[in-house]
This record gives sequence, structure tokens and C-alpha cells, in this order.
Amino acid sequence: MANMEYNVPSERWPVHPETATAEGKNKFVGFWIFLAGETVLFASLFATYLALKDSVPSDDHLLAAELFHLPLAFVMTMLLLTSSLTSVYAIYHMRNNNFQKMQLWLGITALLGAGFLALEIYEFVEYVGLGHTFRSSAFGSAFYFLIGTHGFHVIVGLIWVTLLILRNANRGMSVYTAAKVNTFALYWHFIDVVWVFIFTIVYLLGVL
Amino acid sequence: MAQTSTQKKGVGSVIWEYLTTVDHKKIAILYLIAGGFFFALGGIEAMLIRIQLAVPNNDFLSAGLYNEMITMHGTTMIFLAAMPLLFAFMNAVVPLQIGARDLAFPFLNSMGVWLFILGGIFLNLSWFMGGAPDAGWTSYASLSIDSPGHGVNFYALGLQITGAGTLMTGINFATTIITMRAPGMTYMRMPLFTWTTFVAAILIVFAFPPLTIGVFLLMFDRMFGSNFFIVEAGGNTIIWEHLFWIFGHPEVYILILPAFGIFSEIFSVFARKRLFGYSAMVFATVLIGFFGFMVWAHHMFTVGLGPTANAIFAVATMAIAVPTGIKIFNWIATIWGGSIEFTTPMLYAIAFIPSFVMGGVTGIMQAAAPADYQYHDSYFIVAHFHYVIVGGVVFGLLAGLHYYWPIMFNTMLNEVLGKITFVLFVFGFHLTFLIQHFLGLWGMPRRVFTFLDGQGYNAANMISTIGAFFMAAGVIILLINIVMTLVKNERVGTDPWGDGRTLEWSLPLPAPYYNFAQVPLVRGLDAYWIEKKQGDGKIIPAESVGDFHMPNNSIIPLIMSLGLFIASFGALYFADGKDWAIDAVSGLDAKPWALPVLVIGLGITFVSMGVRSWKDDLGYYVTKEEIEKDLEELERGAK
Repeated sequence: MANMEYNVPSERWPVHPETATAEGKNKFVGFWIFLAGETVLFASLFATYLALKDSVPSDDHLLAAELFHLPLAFVMTMLLLTSSLTSVYAIYHMRNNNFQKMQLWLGITALLGAGFLALEIYEFVEYVGLGHTFRSSAFGSAFYFLIGTHGFHVIVGLIWVTLLILRNANRGMSVYTAAKVNTFALYWHFIDVVWVFIFTIVYLLGVL
Repeated sequence: MAQTSTQKKGVGSVIWEYLTTVDHKKIAILYLIAGGFFFALGGIEAMLIRIQLAVPNNDFLSAGLYNEMITMHGTTMIFLAAMPLLFAFMNAVVPLQIGARDLAFPFLNSMGVWLFILGGIFLNLSWFMGGAPDAGWTSYASLSIDSPGHGVNFYALGLQITGAGTLMTGINFATTIITMRAPGMTYMRMPLFTWTTFVAAILIVFAFPPLTIGVFLLMFDRMFGSNFFIVEAGGNTIIWEHLFWIFGHPEVYILILPAFGIFSEIFSVFARKRLFGYSAMVFATVLIGFFGFMVWAHHMFTVGLGPTANAIFAVATMAIAVPTGIKIFNWIATIWGGSIEFTTPMLYAIAFIPSFVMGGVTGIMQAAAPADYQYHDSYFIVAHFHYVIVGGVVFGLLAGLHYYWPIMFNTMLNEVLGKITFVLFVFGFHLTFLIQHFLGLWGMPRRVFTFLDGQGYNAANMISTIGAFFMAAGVIILLINIVMTLVKNERVGTDPWGDGRTLEWSLPLPAPYYNFAQVPLVRGLDAYWIEKKQGDGKIIPAESVGDFHMPNNSIIPLIMSLGLFIASFGALYFADGKDWAIDAVSGLDAKPWALPVLVIGLGITFVSMGVRSWKDDLGYYVTKEEIEKDLEELERGAK
């Protein structure tokens, strides 16, 4: 019985399917409030990073200017920014009730996110090889905690979107799934915005 | 499918019901029981502290045990007693005040309570597992990194778990108040308790993440070998102080604002007057919340941030006195000329005004940065924050307990015993803490386990301890009152105080599990009062009787919380015996099982999240027929 409310026929598909139900509306408002909290969380991390940047116990530790290379960070930024764009396409198709295309663009978003994550892991491995680790200095701790928290958010987002794609594959489009997909999209944009700040504050300020 | 409260159920099914419940009224009871338990625990710790300090050179508690006692007293009272007890009243009352059938996220609400309960249990297991945290409730990094054993690990992990629950609850209440208000309930028609809950919820959203990060830094340093606070490796312990107080100062407003809300309701009901200056009260609440984030460094005047920083934070701190003063005058003006009923809640509310003003005045004294150098770390500070927290928050909790008891349990606490508790508690409170101002000015430092004979502190400390026993006696009488009331179980009907003004009093007691058979129409501030005076005393429904949607119960919140609880044991012992670990634990035996426990615990949590995301949870419908049947029964009962 309950299911009927969620499976809206295509001729009555709402302009904003994600907030068409009371739960959808709550999710939308609640998730924005959650993101406000996440903003403060990352602000605290940035503050900690700036306080401990280049703070190392002795001269033989590498500093930010010697470690970071912008080309890699630039490629990562492009991957993540593009994935934000593709998630917008997914939402666009969700609003047009085009389930297959929504799934497709969500899949592309996940692939771009996975590419970003692979590059981040590559970067971490390289730094560890150079002696810059989580335990080597306060700078190392702060760097890995900030970037790692962002990376952890990316991993959570990837698992999340994969689960959504798989679970929705059998269920198709409904205002119930629309709310779920939209919440993920909000989250993914947020991760992207945080990365823009990381690129500026950590990498650009680091090498300048 | 749906359970009505009249059905008889076995003990097992009642327990299962509470383990899986997503009903805000039942979650309120869980918060009240668990919060009350931790309040008693924190109170016992306080008594042990006062016994130790009763006479000079006492050896009732050892110095180390005393440190554990003050740490656990503070941590327990703030995180495990005051906040959860406020959440109990918020859960019990706010959805009813705004005419909602539940919170916006009932599932999250259940998670919040289980994270709090398990976090509290975890923190207190430290007493039996090698010693409690002993670096103070503020756990400054310079102390906490050097604290031997696992005590501070318990602090960090326990706070992380309860903190996550609190954050969820904050998001939940903020969303609920934005989206779930009944038709006609505009922002400027919300009862003051709803308003203060709203502002406190938003403060939680912004204040708890810095604590989360601060505690993560502490966890990583103590359990995973990082160097945030290890000065030899480039670390900086002041970061902890900033993060802690960026959380810690708003936290005191998270506690006091809902208490202000409870008092506002009580003043208005028992003076039988509309709250004086409603819009000024709302404005002052928002302003206090806003300023709350700009004053954290007044806890750090003696750190050496420099005269500019100190001056800015001093001025911002003094500015908070303005909206608080507005509130005080509005409460007085509300009572002024009212027809006052001296019920137990009203007595607490009246006692609150002078007590809280005294705490506020000493707060302004400390806001003057140069003077603060004299007060810092003395008993003057202890006296100040107990005046605002006991004289404000705890009075508010006790007032709220008596006032909202009928809504939560459908009976009334005994008024005579309530007044005896009031006299003992308020008298004991002033006896305990007034003298501590002077002890502080005479030079007695806080957080020191004893003092010497001949320093001039003997009489004052003895007086303070005697006062603590009066407070304890008051609490014991309250417990007797609660037990008696529960045993007698004399049910009361709608609007038991007779003068209820807001929607929560318009409901039949016990309220149906769906709260409102029909969503109410709100015609103004004090919606129920308006209907009493201008209508027929019945709330006008905003919809015809029909089907509506309710959420399903779920065990997943408890399982998710249990996963984090289990993972915490893995993290707790992870650094033992490792060569990269801090000195405090590197000498202990290595625990090879720590990592698997950590991974399994986190696995349980994340798999539960996945299951939650995978399964459709569409809830169920309460049918028109069932509502009509309930309404008929109610009609019959009224005749």
C-alpha cells in the first residue's frame, strides 16, 4: 500500500521529485544542516593544518614547498570538478524521469571519483617513500588528517553511490529513490567544494 | 502493525519495543532514565569530592583518585547528565508544541539516544578497566598526553561516541522545527521552549564538529602515533585549547538556552500571563547563540594570546550580558502583576532568577581580562560556573521534571515532597557554592586534592561540604517522590496544571502514539490558551480525519551504535606496547587483538549503514478507521 505513493506515473512526475514527499523535504533540509556542521568540521581541520604547516622536529624533514607538485593536484582537481558536473547531469535526468541516463551519469561520477582516489593514494605512497608520514612530524599528522578526512569522505561517497546504483537498478525511478540520489549529489558537491579549498590552501599556498 | 498503548504486553516485548523504538515520547523516557542515572553518578562523584575537601590534609581520596573524580564529575554532568536530560524534555515536548507527529528523522533520533547511552557506559567502564580519565573535563593536551594508562583514551572515545549522537540530535531538532510545524505555527508563534531548542540545536550543529576534530587529534596522538600535541615533533598543545573552547563555550549556551525556554513556559503558565516581550525574548535567544561563538578565548586569557585578542574577547563576552539582561527583565515583567501560583516548577523558576544573575555577575567580573588573571584556576571560577550551571541548568531540569512529568508519565509528582526537595536543594546549593567565591578570592586553587591546616580555608570548606549534603538530601527526597508517584500511578487528564497555554497541554493523556489525530490549526502564540479564551477550549483541526504516515521501528540504530562501541575497545588498546606510541602506553603489553576488534566494530557500523540504505523503509499508514475509533473512545472517556 505504502509503495503506491512513491511510484508516481510519468505524466505526473513532479518538477522536484527529490522534495515531493515529506521525508524527501526533511532529508533535503536536514542534509543541508548536516553540511553546515561538516563545514565547521573542515574549518577546524584547515585551522589545525595552518597552525602546524611545516612544523617539523628537525631539518631533515621535507616541507610543503619541496613535497607538493601542482600538476598532480591539478589533475586531481579536474577529475573531481568534472565528477561534480556529471552528478549534475544525473540530477538533470532524475528531474526528467529518465532512469537509465541517471544511472549512467551516476556511474560516470563514481568512475571519476575513483580516479581521483587512485591519484590520491599514489600521492600518499610517494610522500611516505620520501619520509613524510602521519607519524613523522606534526606537519605530517596535520597534512594526512586533513587530506585523509577528505579522502575518507570520497570513499564513503563512492560506496554510497555504488550502493545506490545497485539498489535502484531493480527498483527504477520513484520519488523515494529520487530523494536518496539527490542527497548523494548534495554530498558529492560538498566534497568537491572542500577540495577546492584544499587545492588553494594546501597545494597553492604550499608551493608558493 | 501499529501498537496501541492499551494493549497488555510482556516484559520482553516492552524491552524490545524500547530497543527498537523511534517514537519521540519513548526516546524521551530513555533519555530521562539514562540521563538521570548519570546525574546520580555525577552527584556521587561530587559528594566524594566534597567529603575529601571537608577537612584539611584529608586522605579520604588519594590525589590520583581525586583527579579522576573531578574529571569524571565534570564530564559526566555536562555530557551525560545535563544535555541528555534536556534532550529528554525536548523529545517529550517539542514535537507536541509544534503540532507534529514525530521528529523529522525518527531513525536518527533513536541512534542519538543509543550513541549517548553506549558512549556514557564506555566512559564509565574506565573505573573498572584500569582507571578513569584524570586530566580534567577540559583535558588540556599538555596534561592528557602525559596521563599514564588508558584513562584519557576512555575520555576521547567516550566523548566521540556521545558527541556523534548529540550532533545527530541537533540536526534532527533543527530540521524538525523548520519543516514539521503545524499550519499557522509561524516562527514568531513558536513557544519559547521550541525557540530555545531550535537555537540550541543549531549551536550543536556548529559547536560539536570542533570538539569532534579536537578529540580526533587527541585520539590520534594517544592511540595512533600522530604528533599534533607532541611539542618535540613540532606539535602545539594550544590547538586543543582553541578547539575545545570553540566547542566548550557554545556548549554552555546549548545547556542554558533550553533551560531558559523551560523557565519561560513556567513563568507564563503559573503567572497566568502571556510571556512579556515575546519578540525580544526570541531576539535575545538568537543573539546569545550568535555571540556564543565569539567569546571562546575568554577561557584562555592567561594563555598569552596578547592584549589585542584578550581585549576583543573581553568586550564580546561583556556584550552577552545585554541579551541575557533582556531576558531577566522580561521574566520579571511576566511575573509582575500576574496571578501567581507557587507550584514546585514555579518555585524553581523564581529561585533561578537571583541565582543565575549572581552567576552572570561573576561571569562579567571574569570577562575583564586583567582581573581574570586573579580569578583564573581558583575556586572563584568553580563558584561561578556552578552558579550558572546548577542555578540555571539544574534548576531548569528540576523545574522541567516537575512541570513536564504529567506529559511523560501521565501522573503528577507530589507537590509537598517537591517543595521539600526545592527547599533542601536551593538552600544546599547556595550553602555549597556561595562560600566558594570567597575561597577563591582567598587564594584556594581549584583541582587540588587537599589543602593545609592554617591557610584559613577550614571553616569555608566545611560549610561547603555541609551544603552538598543538603543538596544530596534534596535529590534523595526527589527519588522517593518519583518512586511513590510511579507506584501510586494516579492518572491525570488533559491539561493537568489547569493553565496550559501551548499545544502540548491540549492532548489527552496518555497521548496517542501518533500524537495528533488531526494536525492542529494554530491561530496565534499560546495556541491552546487562545482556544480556551476565544474558542470552545478545543484545538481546531487543520485537516479532516484521514490516513497518515508513521515510521517503522528499527533495531539498526542500536546495532550501528554497538559497532562503534565495540570498535572503541580496539582503538583503546591499539597503541599498547608499540614503539611509536606515547610514553603513557608504550610500556604496556602489546594487544594483537586490538586491530581486529577495531575493524570488526567499524565493519558492523558501516554494514548496518549499507543495509539501512539498501532496504526500503516506507513506514506504515495509520488508517482513518483506526483514528475514528480512537476519537470515539476518547469521546466516551470524557463523558
